[in-house]
Amino acid sequence: MPVNYIPRRFTVIRDRDLCISCGACVRQCSNECHSFTEDGSSVFSNSNSCVACHRCVDLCPTGALRIEKYVCDYRENANWTPQYQQEICRQAETGGVLLSGMGTPKPYPIYWDKILLNASQVTNPSIDPLREPMEIRTILGSKPEKLTVEKKGKSTVKMPPQVVLETPVMFSAMSFGSISLNAQKSLAMAAKNLGTLFNTGEGGLHPDLLDYSDCAVVQVASGRFGVHKDYLNNSRIVEIKIGQGAKPGIGGHLPGEKVNTEVSNARMIPEGSDAISPAPHHDIYSIEDLRQLIWSIKQATGNEKPVSVKIAAVHNVAAIASGCARAGADIIVIDGFRGGTGAAPVRIRDNVGIPIELALAAADQRLRDEGIRSRVSLVAAGSFRCSADIVKAIALGADACYCASAPLIAMGCHMCQTCNTGKCNWGIATQRPDLTKRLNPEIMHERVENLINAWNHEIKEIMGGMGINSVDSLRGNRMMLRGIGLNEKELEILGIMHAGE
Amino acid sequence: MSVTAGLRRYALVNDEIKKELLSKNKAVVNDVNGQRYIGCALDKGKTIEIHGTAGNDLACYLNGGKILLYGNGQDAVGNTMGGGEIIIHGHVGDALGYGMRDGQIYVRDNVCCRGGIHMKEFKDMKPVLVIGSSAGSFLGEYMAGGTIVLLGLHLSPNEKIFGTHCASGMHGGKIFVRGHVPAENISPNIKVSSLTADDKKELNAYVKKYCSCFGEDIEKVMSKPFYKLTPVTSRPYSNLYTSF
Repeated sequence: MPVNYIPRRFTVIRDRDLCISCGACVRQCSNECHSFTEDGSSVFSNSNSCVACHRCVDLCPTGALRIEKYVCDYRENANWTPQYQQEICRQAETGGVLLSGMGTPKPYPIYWDKILLNASQVTNPSIDPLREPMEIRTILGSKPEKLTVEKKGKSTVKMPPQVVLETPVMFSAMSFGSISLNAQKSLAMAAKNLGTLFNTGEGGLHPDLLDYSDCAVVQVASGRFGVHKDYLNNSRIVEIKIGQGAKPGIGGHLPGEKVNTEVSNARMIPEGSDAISPAPHHDIYSIEDLRQLIWSIKQATGNEKPVSVKIAAVHNVAAIASGCARAGADIIVIDGFRGGTGAAPVRIRDNVGIPIELALAAADQRLRDEGIRSRVSLVAAGSFRCSADIVKAIALGADACYCASAPLIAMGCHMCQTCNTGKCNWGIATQRPDLTKRLNPEIMHERVENLINAWNHEIKEIMGGMGINSVDSLRGNRMMLRGIGLNEKELEILGIMHAGE
Repeated sequence: MSVTAGLRRYALVNDEIKKELLSKNKAVVNDVNGQRYIGCALDKGKTIEIHGTAGNDLACYLNGGKILLYGNGQDAVGNTMGGGEIIIHGHVGDALGYGMRDGQIYVRDNVCCRGGIHMKEFKDMKPVLVIGSSAGSFLGEYMAGGTIVLLGLHLSPNEKIFGTHCASGMHGGKIFVRGHVPAENISPNIKVSSLTADDKKELNAYVKKYCSCFGEDIEKVMSKPFYKLTPVTSRPYSNLYTSF
């Protein structure tokens, strides 16, 4: 209908001199942008459904393809931007809630980019990690209030369950259903080889991943998909999902189209049925109720698994974190609002929650003020783009970080933000067999390992530069941080001084 | 030997029950005063007989075991249970059978709010919840599979058989209701119909078991008509979103 003008986003540019009409692009594009002419002699493109995933560009043997942003100018208006007008058109047409994938693309402040790290000069020598020992081993779990030892020096305190990680980087929750089994398997293999953990999300543990249960965080969410005694025990950590940074206060909803035989087996629901995981757990209305669920999991696992509680970074996150610690959580995960997702209502993703930097600093400070910081490990999540972000998070008080988008990019993701459509050309956010087979776990786990190994080395380099040889000495060490271009309130919440101070 | 709970902490009581069940298949627990998590993840072949008032999360993650409760239960009985049987000679609180995937729960009297929330079935796993008297609000909320039977026995005058928002968000399974169905309390996405021959056969087995557990007269119970509540669509939210 003419009134419903939504311009396309991209244009596929085909260099006719280079194109050999081999049809690779036709076969690769699940959005059906490319087709052969009727006589089969050449290939042409219809750019309307292009999402700029670059699959065709990457696989074109002659480099004939290029994606360009399509610009159709509107009369300038800083308030009524083309984006808002187009969204209104779409809603006027469908009456639907706008849905998108990945984290918010809005230009909110990224505090990582406004925090600078310290390095040693003259007085406190820096350390070269290539020749000297550098410890990034991270141990998650509740620590006892005090340690008592017998005469021979052996501890007499019964330690709560601890998890040893060889890196402070873990892979955040992505369920089988939201991502493909091959993608999850790649992460599981990488986690095992790296000595860290992957997270099943709320989609259950597929039988193929049972070999990796020692490095699995299994989630319990409100829909309780796939949760049973063996699932809880086939894990390293059990995580109660209360909220997600990309969509605080909103539940999960895997549409029936994505529930094929394999997904149905892992989630233990019939094929084709919607998997609805609403925002509230209806057995949790208070901190006391959360305590009840935490301890029910501890009872079911013989007190052998640390129980983690994942919350979204929201306005009163510090008080909530304190409540979670008092409820008996061994680990608290705080997920910032820039975090990714397989699908989230656009309005929620772009408007609800707070940045992880502020939430983490506030929660760590609150727990320290209350003298209960050692009772819990703090894990930060919500968009870590590089090793420097991780180092800054640890210095702000995180024990470890969850990242997901970065390993997905290592596996081929180009941030086209259409995970929710289930047509991922890279075989990540899809269940279509012809697409998932494009992702080979045997290759992809190595790329993910390369990424994290590179980050590990960078973390060691940065720590060495500060004259710090153990990640434990970096944790909560805010003296290593300085703000740049931040106002006094921001510095106060982050608990850091301004550059030059 | 039996375990006496008394006023001891739940962890001590549950440890003692577990120890008892190492060598035996049945444990009897007396003088229970709200201790939580009794029968948590109890395996197939094991039985716990409880006398008193069982605390929250009775038989959570039940793994095929059997629970006999002579007294009342509290909240979240059979939370996320994966199989087994729970027989309650009394009434229970909120969120009965939350997310239960298999097994059967029989409650002699009433249940409070959100009974059977998130019940779901999978292949040959079909959870069953039988309630003798009335249920509170949000019965069968988000229900995705399995069967709830609500008998409405011994209702007081003007007492409704279920509270408001019955079957809100239900997208699978069925609820059998005996006698008068308060239409004003049913969520809009639910249809009320008569029972098919297969339904009647299924229902009869559950009612028979209920009557044998609690000494009711099956003919008297079956003498009133039953109605079936099912969702109009299995995809209630399929048109909610538009990709952008």
